[in-house]
Amino acid sequence: MANPEADARVIALHGIGKSFRNGVEALAGIELAVAPGDFVTLLGPSGCGKSTLLRIIAGLVEPSCGRISYPDDILRRVGFVFQEPTLMPWATAWDNVYLPLKLAGERRHGVGDRVSRALEAVGLDGFADAYPRQLSGGMRMRVSIARALVTDPQLLLLDEPFAALDEFTRFRLNEDLLRLWQERRCTVVFVTHSVFEAVFLSSRVVIMTPRPGRVAADCAIDLPYPRARDLRTSPEYAAYCRRISGLLDRAA
Amino acid sequence: MNPSQSDRLIRIVAPVFVGVLVVAGWQAVVWLEGIPPYVLPGPLLVGSTLWHDGPSLLGSLAVTLRITVAALAAAVILGAAIAVLFAQSRLLEISLFPYAVILQVTPIVAIAPLIIIWLKDEIFLSLLVCAWIVAFFPVVANTTLGLKSADRNLIDLFRLYGASRWQRLRHLQIPTALPYFLSGVRISGGLALIGAVVAEFVAGTGGADTGLASRILEAGYRLEFARQFAALLLLAGTGVAIFAILSWASRRLIGHWHESALPGEE
Repeated sequence: MANPEADARVIALHGIGKSFRNGVEALAGIELAVAPGDFVTLLGPSGCGKSTLLRIIAGLVEPSCGRISYPDDILRRVGFVFQEPTLMPWATAWDNVYLPLKLAGERRHGVGDRVSRALEAVGLDGFADAYPRQLSGGMRMRVSIARALVTDPQLLLLDEPFAALDEFTRFRLNEDLLRLWQERRCTVVFVTHSVFEAVFLSSRVVIMTPRPGRVAADCAIDLPYPRARDLRTSPEYAAYCRRISGLLDRAA
Repeated sequence: MNPSQSDRLIRIVAPVFVGVLVVAGWQAVVWLEGIPPYVLPGPLLVGSTLWHDGPSLLGSLAVTLRITVAALAAAVILGAAIAVLFAQSRLLEISLFPYAVILQVTPIVAIAPLIIIWLKDEIFLSLLVCAWIVAFFPVVANTTLGLKSADRNLIDLFRLYGASRWQRLRHLQIPTALPYFLSGVRISGGLALIGAVVAEFVAGTGGADTGLASRILEAGYRLEFARQFAALLLLAGTGVAIFAILSWASRRLIGHWHESALPGEE
């Protein structure tokens, strides 16, 4: 087997552990390599530290031990989508999407088409001037995804982004996310506690155990892309879901 | 007439009705009991006094209003500046906040004589300082809270995109704090007027151009209660006007996004 460290394009986590000040050990001995173009899902029950792991990958949380090696410059091209849309209520959809560019010192008039393209990619052209309160939950999440895409990220991190949405909206956003991932060929790390969502989206599912969070299993999902809605009713999909559920049961 | 229109009508009609009832009752009691004006002037007498003394009372109101507006401006500017400092340094906040509380809870009538003595040549300044002490706390307390209330995830997002401290303050903390700040300013507006009046009371009736409080005191000494009532009426009206103006400004500034300023859904 090839040494993953040989490939400088891989995000490699070695022996990552995280203990919080209150003594809770959230993560222990995490070994994980994410190859470019992967769609990796961290799957596990609540409290298994998968969100913490995602934040460590984003550089938002310092691990207590272990180290991460990143491909050059990738941290400057990260998009992050939170569990809630996390929009600025005082700003329009346009201004919310513009935020990452604004913080990078880009002028408004120079980035008009980039912002418009990001809004278009999530199907929100025509809602540029709407304030978050005027949008539905699903549309807010779309703005949040557009904001993550506007910098043209190489690495897209999503922390249970669709957990609070109804099933219909969730399915549509799943499909849209896959389409965007394939168009942009970026690397995605996705966190969820839904087996069905994990299998539908991912090229790889990493199953985690709780307290402390460890990697219990790492399973490739060999279903061809592009994946469409009818995949959800196919026997192959059902078989993967059964298998992942079994692994999850054994891990817990 | 749709429900929202009738609701708005009731909001105006109901309090006006209560007001008319009280004023009419007041006048009736004065007439029927034959109460002399040096005990309780009737509303008709107060009204005519307000009409006759209006110009001179308005002159005094202008003096009080000048102190009020200056104190409110100082409260808004210094209060917001102090809050920003507090939000930047926890040590600074811990060190200074108790003293802001002490200034706030100490009755202004107890400190005012000292301030007036210390600044004896600067009567306007001393009144301004007194009114400011009364008015500044809500701005500081509310704005400090607002600056610290930014969404945790948005703070993370700003970090992720390498935002500077200044960018975070300018684009995240200040907009988050704006509704808190404006609610503080609305409270401070009324307090600035109260502070100005209290300071004038303590300063006494001396001086060339006297404020409304001095006129109230003076009228009291002369048993001209109708004028006292007229001056009081002007003060109350001014307080309401200040509140209305600040509420309007607040709606203008945050009405397009903040929940508090949005019309109800029902």
